[in-house]
Amino acid sequence: MSAATSTVMTMAQALNDALDVALDKDGDVLVIGEDVGRTGGVFRITDGLLETYGAARVIDTPVAESGIVGAAFGMAVGGLRPVVELQFMGFSYPAFDQVINHVSRIRHRSQHRFSAPMVIRIPYGGGIGAAEHHSESAEAIYAHVPGLKVVVPSTPYDAKGLLLAAIADPDPVVVCEPIRLYRAVKEEVPAGWYEVPIGPVGVEREGTDVTFIAWGAMMKETRAAASALEEEGVSVEVLDLRTVVPFDADAVVASVSKTGRVVIVHEAPRTVGFGGEVAATVAERCLYSLHAPPERVTGWDSVFPLKRSESQYLPDVARIVAAARRTLEA
Amino acid sequence: MRQVLTPSGGLDGTAPLDVELTRRLYRAMVIARVYDRKSTAMQKQGRLATYAPFEGQEAAQIGAAAGLEPDDWVVATYRDAALMWAQGYPWELLVAGRTGDERGGRPPDHVPVLPPSITVGGHMVHAVGLAWAEKIRSSGRIALTSFGDGATSEGDFHEAMNLAAVYDIGCVFFCQNNGYAISLPRHEQTRSDTIAQKAIAYGMPGVQVDGNDLFAVYETVHEAAERARSGQGPTLIEAVTYRIGPHTTADDPTRYRSDDEAVEWRKRDPLERVRIYLSERDAWDDAWEAAIEEEAAGEIDRAVSLAEAMPPLGPGEILDAMFETRPPHLDAQRRQLVGEAP
Repeated sequence: MSAATSTVMTMAQALNDALDVALDKDGDVLVIGEDVGRTGGVFRITDGLLETYGAARVIDTPVAESGIVGAAFGMAVGGLRPVVELQFMGFSYPAFDQVINHVSRIRHRSQHRFSAPMVIRIPYGGGIGAAEHHSESAEAIYAHVPGLKVVVPSTPYDAKGLLLAAIADPDPVVVCEPIRLYRAVKEEVPAGWYEVPIGPVGVEREGTDVTFIAWGAMMKETRAAASALEEEGVSVEVLDLRTVVPFDADAVVASVSKTGRVVIVHEAPRTVGFGGEVAATVAERCLYSLHAPPERVTGWDSVFPLKRSESQYLPDVARIVAAARRTLEA
Repeated sequence: MRQVLTPSGGLDGTAPLDVELTRRLYRAMVIARVYDRKSTAMQKQGRLATYAPFEGQEAAQIGAAAGLEPDDWVVATYRDAALMWAQGYPWELLVAGRTGDERGGRPPDHVPVLPPSITVGGHMVHAVGLAWAEKIRSSGRIALTSFGDGATSEGDFHEAMNLAAVYDIGCVFFCQNNGYAISLPRHEQTRSDTIAQKAIAYGMPGVQVDGNDLFAVYETVHEAAERARSGQGPTLIEAVTYRIGPHTTADDPTRYRSDDEAVEWRKRDPLERVRIYLSERDAWDDAWEAAIEEEAAGEIDRAVSLAEAMPPLGPGEILDAMFETRPPHLDAQRRQLVGEAP
């Protein structure tokens, strides 16, 4: 481990560093998934861990998502702290039965006798021109499962801190990792163990005219849209949700009560997307502070398109700015 | 098919258990049958939710547990109450679970048994993971997962068997082939001649055993458990048995099988052959039978009383075991549920 107190790194490096720190600190932590050992994972997030920690703790598995998650569940019930890597969000669905029927339920089923302190890391999201099943954003599907926590980091610092918090958490956590941001930016990331708490939203930028709420990969477009509007003199408050469940409703309500306007941005399809939950919370708790109806800028209710049509689907700066203008002109 | 104790009570080979232990296991089968019949009766009285009877499978379940160490994991199904009890799960909690009380899913802290899986097949990989954790810790503990013939058609059967074999995991796959996946007979579930032969493809031993033969089941499970414990990996055991009753109390087996079949299988009753065997060794008589049946009835009645005396979960308690610590959104929902201001 570096003696430096912090290092400039990408999200991919920060996630790798988090796993390294966790494996080093806690002998019960292990990494399990397809190609996580020899190749360091399809996105190289687990690069070098096999060499340091050995094949008993960095486990290359056959292609068997349900078996991997189910076996990791058994390990977690048995007292270990497995960190599962699934290769893409679309490949997480074969394991969904294990997640919804067992991982999320064992604490309740056994009334606290057994629990599943495990992490399921899932690279998600589009914008990389990938094949079918490689670009989905299913955070709302996981968020709808009682008993799961769901986090979606958007920065290297948060990625490491949320992953370590997830590993330390006594309950199962799904970590949705934005593929498009794995190597998009670098920032200072502290060495060693630190946690970004699961739950609280990050207020990235304070403002008074309109609140932008986004998470994961969409933070990039959302920040750019906020900057564009600020050049025109609009004061934008930017919230990075960071954790989808447990949802920090109080922070959202505080911000929207102040600005009176809200634009919610997500990459997932609109219908029953998590933006609907955010908008419903705004309607329930700060309707009378609103100067304009809430706006949602989301993916469409289509199958995620292939490379040549991706731009039709993904929310972009122009769509976010246009939505913000509608709230400002209402 | 391996058999040690024939349906007429004769011995083919050497008895793997002494007479005293055989008497203990016979008594266990008697109490299991009392529990099973009592549960069906209670369901008809509206005191239990749907119940899945296991009559006819007592030797398979009691014999399997006898082949394990007391701290070996058992990961079983909704039809495995006898197996779970034999590994330490109290009757009153098994009853409580079936009355519709979540606390039935919480075995005492030392009991190495997961609450039963209701979905079919997914639990087999849990046993693999538990045994994997024990292997990593070199604890000497292994896991046994019990499932029916129906579960062998599930994808997770394949994934569990394959993972266990690839990593030499100390997991015993114990299939109670009771002839039917609800209504679908065994021969329409798979083209394989036996379920045991599926083990060959995974590179593990597969043993077909008379599931109504207490001795054969015990011996086979014990061998597989010790093989697992010594690091040689998993074994698939197919215990051939028969579900005398319906799939559940909501099922009508006359729609898919003839009564003649059950009549035939009753001639292979798992208790009867042990009774004959013990009787021929002056270790069973009518008086003892009457005594243990009375004890069994008393024990199950006490369990039912304990379960039925439990008050239901209090208001809001359904939210209290979702996470170790209740997050704010569940706090808010709990206040709403109990009628406090949100």
